[in-house]
Amino acid sequence: MPSEALLKIAGLTAHYGPIQALHGISLEVKPGELVAIVGANGAGKTTLLLTLSGVQRASGGSISFDDREISRMASHKIVQSGICHVPEGRQVFAPLSVEDNLRLGGYSLRSDQDRLDQELDGIYQLFPILKEKRKQTAGTLSGGQQQMLAIGRALLGRPRLLLLDEPSMGLAPLLVEEIFRVIRELNDKGVTILLVEQNANAALRIADRGYVLETGRVILGAAADELLADEAVRRAYLGH
Amino acid sequence: MFDQILQFILTGITVGATYALVALGFAIIYNASDVVNFSQGEFVMLGAMSTIALSAGNGLPLWLAAACSVAMVICVGLMLQRFAIAPARGASVVTTIIITIGASIFLRGLALLLWGKDIFGMPHFSGEVPLRIGEATLLPQNLWVMGGASVLVLGVHYFFNHTTHGKAILACSCNRTAAHLVGINVGMMMLIAYGLSALLGSLAGILVAPITFTSYDAGVMLGLKGFSAAILGGMGNPMGAVAGGLLLGLIESLAAGLISSGYKDAIGFVILLLVLFFRPSGLFGKASAERV
Ligand SMILES: Nc1ncnc2c1ncn2[C@@H]1O[C@H](COP(=O)(O)OP(=O)(O)O)[C@@H](O)[C@H]1O
Ligand SMILES: [Mg+2]
Repeated sequence: MPSEALLKIAGLTAHYGPIQALHGISLEVKPGELVAIVGANGAGKTTLLLTLSGVQRASGGSISFDDREISRMASHKIVQSGICHVPEGRQVFAPLSVEDNLRLGGYSLRSDQDRLDQELDGIYQLFPILKEKRKQTAGTLSGGQQQMLAIGRALLGRPRLLLLDEPSMGLAPLLVEEIFRVIRELNDKGVTILLVEQNANAALRIADRGYVLETGRVILGAAADELLADEAVRRAYLGH
Repeated sequence: MFDQILQFILTGITVGATYALVALGFAIIYNASDVVNFSQGEFVMLGAMSTIALSAGNGLPLWLAAACSVAMVICVGLMLQRFAIAPARGASVVTTIIITIGASIFLRGLALLLWGKDIFGMPHFSGEVPLRIGEATLLPQNLWVMGGASVLVLGVHYFFNHTTHGKAILACSCNRTAAHLVGINVGMMMLIAYGLSALLGSLAGILVAPITFTSYDAGVMLGLKGFSAAILGGMGNPMGAVAGGLLLGLIESLAAGLISSGYKDAIGFVILLLVLFFRPSGLFGKASAERV
């Protein structure tokens, strides 16, 4: 019996040396959903996403993606299976050109250059500014443009699940709005998204469901509008 | 006087081309993995020594001996990465330097056991009839060294600028986490980088051995010179390392010819110290902040 969830995490733990960062996380993401994970700085959001991508090793628990256990899989295999990750702080390949960054995002498509060119066109349509600057090195882009590049790079991996780690971090309010609009749009087009944010308000506004993470534990999980209305959540994370 | 200087320049370019290949090996590994591989010189020695052993000892034609030897040295490079460097992932730079120095001592010891302390020569690839350029002379083997180095350098340049795997290695060097996240098999890229460096080192050794002879400890000096050249050019910049190699070869040759051959090595190292003092990122290196 295949389960309904695309991603199902159960009892996940992760350590940095002796420090335990994740204390038994359980959550799931269904196909087509936009799920937000909110929580204060240091709650373990980034660690959770890195563990999903296989960059950080889980010390216990299970991660099942599409009914396959991936917690022991090599990171490049995880990307091939369809999990693409926009890391915290964008982390573009600064000395490489914008186009090279995007092509590296399509690294798993490398044997099919025609297909890659086609996908690249799609990204340039989504972010015309990247086409304009495609010959420049990624390091010369502004913060917002780098965020678009990081998202475009992940999209070129043709994600079945897109992980976004604080895409609004350090951006001006107008750009934050723009980025969240794009995320909503991608989700409307059918991309399943797991969005991590300290900006809980904005994230929950576009999400279907949300989880609240605190010191490596999920303390609350509910529909996004319920969380937005929840008195305790409002006080702790929405600042009013 | 002019002919003499021309002669020094020709010699300098030949020696410099060898340094350039060794330096390129240093730069490729440093770029990919932040490791300063002090067994780079041993790759050079092993390339030359095993070619000689296979051709003189086992009677293989020189080209076949060279091909087998390059393949063997590549395996040594891969094993170095896989069994000595990869397990120390996350260790400090000093630790990895100690590991590579340890590997170089091991490889030198192995060569001593296999081939003893003798100095070996290798037949020139296409005869020893010197070509005349004015009053200066040039052995066909010098042309082999210059031509071979040029082809290899251009090949490496093409690899890093125009192939997916080359760019994937660059991606690993500028952001390893992000490289993982776009689906690059980072471990495999490290192996390719070490294999490529071993290939360059062994070929440098084979090309230059007919001119310089070789012995079990020939890698020590070549490794140091290649390292100096890489520092001179900027460690993280492969084409800078090539330029550094040529420059070091030229300076040494001119210094030996015009001042005294006794000072040749010293002058090279003095220049290295001056560069480190006044331009720590190398003559052609970008400020290291840009590599973040
Ligand atoms: N590389 C690391 N080494 C040691 N501890 C870390 C490391 N990265 C994160 N941590 C710790 O793990 C916890 C979770 O951090 P993180 O996942 O970055 O939280 P968030 O993304 O929610 O801000 C924090 O207590 C942090 O100090
Ligand atoms: Mg974080």
